[in-house]
Amino acid sequence: MKQKKKVLRGYAHKFGDDINTDYIISGRYKFKTLNSRELAKHLLEDIDPDFNKRKASGDLIVAGENFGCGSSREQAPLAIKYAGIVAVLAKSFARIFYRNAINIGLPIVQTNTEKIESGDELEIDLASGEVHVIKNNLCLKAEPFPSFILDIIEVGGLIEYFKKYGGWKIR
Amino acid sequence: MGKTIAEKILSSHAGEDVRAGNIVVCNLDFAFAQDGTAPLAIKAFDKMGQKRVFDTQKIAFFIDHNAPSPSSDVSSLHRLMRDFARKHRIRLYDVGEGICHQLVVEEGWVGAGDLVVGADSHTCTYGALNVFSTGVGSTDLAAAMASGKLWFGVPGTIKIFFKGKLLPGVYAKDLALYLTGKLGARGALYKSVELGGEVIKDLSIEARFTLSNMIMEVGAKAGVMLGDEKTEKWLAERSKRKIRFVEPDEDARYDKVLEFDVSRLVPQVARPHSVDNVVSVHEVEGTSIEEAFLGTCTNGRLEDLRIAGKILKDKKVHPEVRFMVAPASRRVYLDSMKEGILEIFIEAGAVLLPPGCGCCVGTHQGVPSRGENVISSANRNFKGRMGNPEAFIYLASPATVAASAIRGKITDPRRYL
Repeated sequence: MKQKKKVLRGYAHKFGDDINTDYIISGRYKFKTLNSRELAKHLLEDIDPDFNKRKASGDLIVAGENFGCGSSREQAPLAIKYAGIVAVLAKSFARIFYRNAINIGLPIVQTNTEKIESGDELEIDLASGEVHVIKNNLCLKAEPFPSFILDIIEVGGLIEYFKKYGGWKIR
Repeated sequence: MGKTIAEKILSSHAGEDVRAGNIVVCNLDFAFAQDGTAPLAIKAFDKMGQKRVFDTQKIAFFIDHNAPSPSSDVSSLHRLMRDFARKHRIRLYDVGEGICHQLVVEEGWVGAGDLVVGADSHTCTYGALNVFSTGVGSTDLAAAMASGKLWFGVPGTIKIFFKGKLLPGVYAKDLALYLTGKLGARGALYKSVELGGEVIKDLSIEARFTLSNMIMEVGAKAGVMLGDEKTEKWLAERSKRKIRFVEPDEDARYDKVLEFDVSRLVPQVARPHSVDNVVSVHEVEGTSIEEAFLGTCTNGRLEDLRIAGKILKDKKVHPEVRFMVAPASRRVYLDSMKEGILEIFIEAGAVLLPPGCGCCVGTHQGVPSRGENVISSANRNFKGRMGNPEAFIYLASPATVAASAIRGKITDPRRYL
């Protein structure tokens, strides 16, 4: 089983509120293939055509409220993950995206992102839920996950969870 | 302290007394996926090492988003679905049968008080039938197919009353757009919404679906309505199951109770590029359009086609407008054909698409070109939604879409009443 890195360090790419899953990965691409690496090339293309060139592996997406709203497409967190983005930070997440990200093992951090700017270097301690903005030593506290969800996160997603427990742990 | 509809349905399916804020694993009554989500669900199901589905009678697949297939890549994914469905003996609705959300209710897959998940965000549609139904992703759906259970956060509930009587030319879609504009794209994030009031009572079941369908656009988990004699009739005609409506307790606790008097509501339009960017039709009247689309899980039902047909009768679609019509299901297609509505559309110059999602998701059957405006009866107008990030999508009722198709510009449908 893959052991997840608990402390992440990367550079922020800042986006606004209500970034929907159509923007994250357009329907033009997502219906055609199950190849997430292929989809990753078109990440956020419709609202930020240069994003793919600008971003580097290990970077972070930072957004406002309701990140991942709209369609249920799991291709959205998959495209983010396979683009090399190591975590998404947002003030709030749309509910299906929230579930999908946890299920596929993409780290998400719910915290007040207002003071983070594009280009900021951040250090995220996933275990303690602390986000440090390196340039000004600002420390942000993330919303903790309920223990039921932590169990899914800790094994790396719902597929691993089902493999490990053979179904739901409780009941 | 009493319970909301969400708390009651989730409690009965968890087998324990649960309240807003709890996390529970619940038994599911029905689970499904469509061609945009099923392939990944199949992959996840296999990766989980699962050999069989929990109940062949409680799962279905639908090929509706890209139907018929526009490319060999999509065809391969459709084939993956067909192979899985055959192997696991689950019902697959193939190309031309219709949109998942229409078939689920038309074919009697769900009943009052049910807990349902679908790998499609607009699964909330069946809330109109007193069902707690919500959208999930592919891996969740794989877990649901394998175990018949899924985890849920029990949501808090917002109660919404619509007071008054809708004016002629004003429909459930206008109500839905108005509500989305009022609450905003995250106005009910994670919440269950109980929709009620005299306006809802007056609406047909088909019109109620439009409203429950669009509750997703304010971030809600579900948009549930009370059952009444109309609901009972609808369910009894489509399923043999015993009907037991779930009602909230009088002393249930709500996060918020909102009341809207919609007696003077006029037709509404959502402007590009967000569903909550809503104005009254007169604010955008005269905006030229190059494409009009009638259909989708929001507004592709018989009642919607009738409303548009009445406006288009003996009229022509504007010569510079492409007008696409996609009935929501084969049943809707046949019924509207028998009523002569399809003839009206074709004589007016419309393009008839096969039952399915049509041009809503931007993969085929009517991608607009650069700089063009589209008026659509769908539920989303995000940039790029219809396949071109340089086009502009306006959302409106079937009546407003039909009236606008005639004049080649956004038009108040009350001119044609």
